[in-house]
Amino acid sequence: MTENDGFPHGSPPGSARPDSAPPNGAPPGNARPNGTPSEAPARSDGVDTRLIVERGTFRLDVALRAAPGEVVALLGPNGAGKTTALRALAGLTPLTGGHLRLDGVALDRTPPESRPVGVVFQDYLLFPHLTALDNVAFGPRCQGATKAKARAQAAGWLDRMGLTAHASAKPRRLSGGQAQRVALARALATRPRLLLLDEPLAALDARTRLEVRAQLRHHLAGFEAVAVLVTHDPLDAMVLADRLVVVEHGEVVQEGTPAEIARRPRTDYVAQLVGLNLYKGRAEGHTVRLDAGPVITTTEDLAGPVFVAFPPGAVTLYRERPAGSSARNLWRCSVTGLETHGDQIRAALTGELSLTADLTAVAAAELDLHPGAEVWAAVKAAQTHAYPA
Amino acid sequence: MSAESRAGGPPRRPKGSRGVPLPLLVPALLGLAFLLVPLIALLLRTPWRGLPEQLTSPGVWEALRLSLICATAATALSLVLGVPLAWLLARTEFPGRGLVRALVTLPLVLPPVVGGVALLLALGRNGVVGRWLDAWFGITLPFTTTGVVLAETFVAMPFLVISVEGTLRAADPRYEEAATTLGASRFTAFRRVTLPLIAPGIAAGAVLAWARALGEFGATITFAGNFPGRTQTMPLAVYLALQNDPAAAIALSLVLLTVSIAVLAGLRDRWMRAT
Repeated sequence: MTENDGFPHGSPPGSARPDSAPPNGAPPGNARPNGTPSEAPARSDGVDTRLIVERGTFRLDVALRAAPGEVVALLGPNGAGKTTALRALAGLTPLTGGHLRLDGVALDRTPPESRPVGVVFQDYLLFPHLTALDNVAFGPRCQGATKAKARAQAAGWLDRMGLTAHASAKPRRLSGGQAQRVALARALATRPRLLLLDEPLAALDARTRLEVRAQLRHHLAGFEAVAVLVTHDPLDAMVLADRLVVVEHGEVVQEGTPAEIARRPRTDYVAQLVGLNLYKGRAEGHTVRLDAGPVITTTEDLAGPVFVAFPPGAVTLYRERPAGSSARNLWRCSVTGLETHGDQIRAALTGELSLTADLTAVAAAELDLHPGAEVWAAVKAAQTHAYPA
Repeated sequence: MSAESRAGGPPRRPKGSRGVPLPLLVPALLGLAFLLVPLIALLLRTPWRGLPEQLTSPGVWEALRLSLICATAATALSLVLGVPLAWLLARTEFPGRGLVRALVTLPLVLPPVVGGVALLLALGRNGVVGRWLDAWFGITLPFTTTGVVLAETFVAMPFLVISVEGTLRAADPRYEEAATTLGASRFTAFRRVTLPLIAPGIAAGAVLAWARALGEFGATITFAGNFPGRTQTMPLAVYLALQNDPAAAIALSLVLLTVSIAVLAGLRDRWMRAT
């Protein structure tokens, strides 16, 4: 693939050596517990950026680093600024501040057509008047390849995606999953050093999703440069990404591997995503006084501000105050809502402590649960998890 | 034309006057008759037997040829200037864009004669610009065939601009963004992505502009005069012929009517479906 050496990097403005930060040897892809990276070691390969975009009252300020080969997911609720961050990386939305370096080259002022960045858009945006093959050949053509060469390259990409049979199909004749792969091939055909995926699975129905997610994981695993994907679906993020960056209200609220995030959520949003009850409080030994009021007993021995988390399945409900229960964490609550959750019933409770509890349908019937019902909620200390805030 | 429910029209109540109140029905039928009777009269009075002769007479043929050439040239000019103008209006933000847009559409409502006068004042031999064209390049525009093309363009181009701008606004600008992320410059994105996507809108606008140019009278006669073979287009010939050779006028009118119907048929999908 030597013909891509002449990639239009758009004359890198100035020598964009990463500035003189001391190499303090942080491992690549390390997960800082909290999202306030400012003076981090310089790295010449991969993405090193701080994206600041101000628009009206909305302010996005997201710092991001990723090494080649890494897949990073920007995870957050709608309106958190994920897509804005993605557009800023692609150059479609100008930065109002910060910086963007890719493989050591500053791209802040480079127009989108000169950035070595590929984008898979949420609804793919395949050109409807071109065949799948010509859609994929579009990028190489723009980079100066002859028509024949661009088509040969495109055919190679379609082959890798298992789409050779659909090369001459127009986008409207492709299924959602096929269109997604054509979009991926089109983005990869420009040999980007940064691949951006905006909600890559959102446009697919549930069944296709499962299959496409597995394929996408396979293709991303084989991608040698940085991939950043934006999603509001925690499952997509956890399956596809090596590292999650959780964005809320334009800021990074948590960063880490999927396992870390799932085990130690730091905001209500993340806790909800991973399905945990989460409280903030102050620890003194094995007891934590929660900001919400009550005290909770934990197995960890900590001091100072902490988070306490426990899964809804760890909660046991009683209609009468349990006598001689070994659980020391016992709160009087009332049911505010009930919904089915898989094969379980999930009860939302409020009272001394707001929490959600999972119980079987049989248990829910025996307890005669209904909105407004008074219950006692108990959690064993062993099933809670406390960690420093 | 008749607005009764065509196939695929709105699924309303069945045809027929059942339930249509008289105060609406009577004026509606009168209006329809008012629009149709003149056309029927034209067909009734057409000297069908002498028609081939009329149409091939040198005067008529000359006017027809000139009309076709000028309208086509005006359409081409409108395309070259109007499509970029429409893109500018639809895709960019600049101060006074609303005003520019209003000015572009002004010729739509301006009496064409006024347009002709304005063109004379701008491009006439003593006009604001025309003076310099004459002095520096020896170019004279009024009362020439080029003048006809310019007059027709002035009147017809707004139709094209409005049509193309509307199509551009309806087209998803993110396709252009997708093209730029693939390495296309903004112009390449326009040429290879946007242009093919809006081609139907451009075609409709061009047909509209062509039809308007073909029928242009006021601006043409004011700016370019009425010289047979040079600036006398069909509408001018019709008007002149009506005084001394009504049969020729009718024959010419019939040609223009045929062209109009053809245009309407060509735009059928675009317009009739929308109503």
